Amino acid sequence: MTTLTDPPKESFRPSMLLSDTRYRSITFQVIALVLLIAAIWYLGSNLAANLRAAGLNISFQFLNNPAGYDINQTLIPYTSQSSNLQAAWVGIINTLLVSFLACITATIFGVIAGVLRLSNNWLVRKLMAGYVEIFRNIPVLIWILIIYTIMTAAMPAPSAFRGDDPASSMMLGSFAFTNRGVYIPGPIWGPGSTIVVATFVASVIGVFAYRRYATKLLYDTGRLLPMLWPSVVILLVPTIVMFFFLGMPIGLDYPALKGFNFRGGIQIGAPLIALWFALSIYTGAFIAENVRAGIQAVSKGQTEAAAALGLRSGRIMNLVVLPQALRVIIPPLISNYLNITKNSSLAILVGYADITATLGGITLNQTGRAIECVVLLMLFYLVISLGISMVMNVYNNATKLKER
Amino acid sequence: MNVADYQEEVKMKKTVIFGALTVAGLAAGAAGAATLDDVKARGKLNCGVTTGLAGFAAPNANGEWEGFDVAVCRAVAAAVLGDKNAVEFVPTTGKTRFTALASGEIDFLARNTTWTFSRDTDLKFDFIGINYYDGQGFMVPKALGVSSAKDLDGATVCIQTGTTTELNLADFFRKNGIEYEPVPVETNAEGQQQYLAGACDTYTTDASGLAATRATFENPDEHVLLPEIISKEPLGPLVRHGDNDWGDITRWVLNALIAAEELGITSANIEEMAGNTNNPEVARLMGTEGTLGEMIGLDAEWAKRAIMAEGNYGEIFAKNIGEETPIGLARGLNAQWTDGGLLYAPPFR
Repeated sequence: MTTLTDPPKESFRPSMLLSDTRYRSITFQVIALVLLIAAIWYLGSNLAANLRAAGLNISFQFLNNPAGYDINQTLIPYTSQSSNLQAAWVGIINTLLVSFLACITATIFGVIAGVLRLSNNWLVRKLMAGYVEIFRNIPVLIWILIIYTIMTAAMPAPSAFRGDDPASSMMLGSFAFTNRGVYIPGPIWGPGSTIVVATFVASVIGVFAYRRYATKLLYDTGRLLPMLWPSVVILLVPTIVMFFFLGMPIGLDYPALKGFNFRGGIQIGAPLIALWFALSIYTGAFIAENVRAGIQAVSKGQTEAAAALGLRSGRIMNLVVLPQALRVIIPPLISNYLNITKNSSLAILVGYADITATLGGITLNQTGRAIECVVLLMLFYLVISLGISMVMNVYNNATKLKER
Repeated sequence: MNVADYQEEVKMKKTVIFGALTVAGLAAGAAGAATLDDVKARGKLNCGVTTGLAGFAAPNANGEWEGFDVAVCRAVAAAVLGDKNAVEFVPTTGKTRFTALASGEIDFLARNTTWTFSRDTDLKFDFIGINYYDGQGFMVPKALGVSSAKDLDGATVCIQTGTTTELNLADFFRKNGIEYEPVPVETNAEGQQQYLAGACDTYTTDASGLAATRATFENPDEHVLLPEIISKEPLGPLVRHGDNDWGDITRWVLNALIAAEELGITSANIEEMAGNTNNPEVARLMGTEGTLGEMIGLDAEWAKRAIMAEGNYGEIFAKNIGEETPIGLARGLNAQWTDGGLLYAPPFR
């Protein structure tokens, strides 16, 4: 094998494709690729031929036809006259909404439970162990049903709020908890409200800037500025001042019982709440175990060294243990987020209109276009899952140990 | 070499691995013709029914399926196989029923399915007749104080997904310019639970289904069916499109049940009627005259066995969903044409 140091003078001959180790692997890879493409082509044409023979013609024309059915919770404009494609978009956005909400709350549940499982307090430790074992060992389908059934059976119906002496009343006069969902006051945007919102956004940026400045000051000079109360002041005071200065441009639309249901305000449907909560609490149990594993993967010496430096236990966790634990926690966290997204397809169980319920459910039933709908569904979940993986991998690369 | 020839050649050359991979693709094409032979070879009729709707199809305390739709399955099994119990009941949901039939998992679907244009044509099925003329209605609690479906503005409506009711509902509310909030449910049991818990103000499905559901409530009197019937729902059994022989057999079994009622043939007097009748149509139906059985590839007594299985149409109706049962449905549109109804079997000759 002198080839590596001494390039051959002889010209290229076709037989070298097999005899020469420099080309052999490429030759085999090309052959494998050609075979693979041929196999896929064969299977594809066979499928197409058989579909034709069975009289099933693949057509996506139905997506432009009116859907004909109504959907209860939509974030984008939709009526029964909208197209099947629009119904699919409603479903996609609902899927993303519940997945996003559930990812956030599952992470919060998981981190709290995971850290508390390592608590020195026996009761707290055992309680968290109980939470993890109970929730991750019962299928999420059962949890969704249990939570939804409890919601519909235990909470009062809107009719219980009716009459002179109602059985139920609204909390603080503005929040209604019913078995059809939770109704909360919604904002009414008056003129000038954009300035208030802009002020608030600027305040949030201001808080980050202040915290960065304080940290820099601490590292540079050792002076420790107070963190909490200035943050709160920066966050709230300018917005409140601007709000009253402009004459209170943002009002509140309170929900009120009109006819059969509450109207006005913002309605968060019972199906969304049940699905969101069930996914969060179920996946939270898995994340708790990841967090525990991550923390335990950090050697005890690190904790002891930090303690020897005089750090308090809260700071040891925040500054020393968690940053190192994250590199263990994040990869399995990605798969948990993917699981949430995929498990959200159980939404139809509780009547939540996600993509599986609209495109893969009602549209599929009404048009009978099973193959097309299922192909689109697969494509959607694939794209979403790969997207989540990509974002999380970027984050993983940013937090993993930088080795030099 | 054109594409079709080339594909043929590729098929012939296919290796074991490719063969195994394409079995799934080929199976769809195979489930087409000669359902009758398949059923006879199997010795059992695979019949798709609901997952459980009292009166129409539900297992009884002994685990035996019974009901209005079940009786049609048993009549077909009796006509074809000579044994009314040679039926494998396959529970299907509103969502799985068409796939089950199209894929060949079931031979015959008797699951209160509405006959519509697109199901008949686009989905490639054949409806073999109508065994129940229905319409979509609303059930509300009496305490709600609603007397007309047009008063339901703003109501929350529980609705089974994957049925024509979804589209009818949207049309009805749009036509009347009123709003509603749909709560989709997967099964009748789920809809019942949601409705009783007050998670929806009204439950809508076919009026017969509502009556059947109400019959199972603890206090049926506290709920009323609103007078509006907002759609035509001709319910009938169906088979796959393309196997006309099988379609004929099932169609005429259903017609035999209907004709038997018109001709006064019941499961009780059938032997007597078959033995001595001077009505030529009865004789042809009973197989003592003519060769009707032969024409559809069965023996002479096919219709006799079908009627003996669960009785004629009237008997089946009375036993499962009639006014004497908890379901308590009147014949209404489902009376014989001679009694002012719509049931009208073509002549047996």
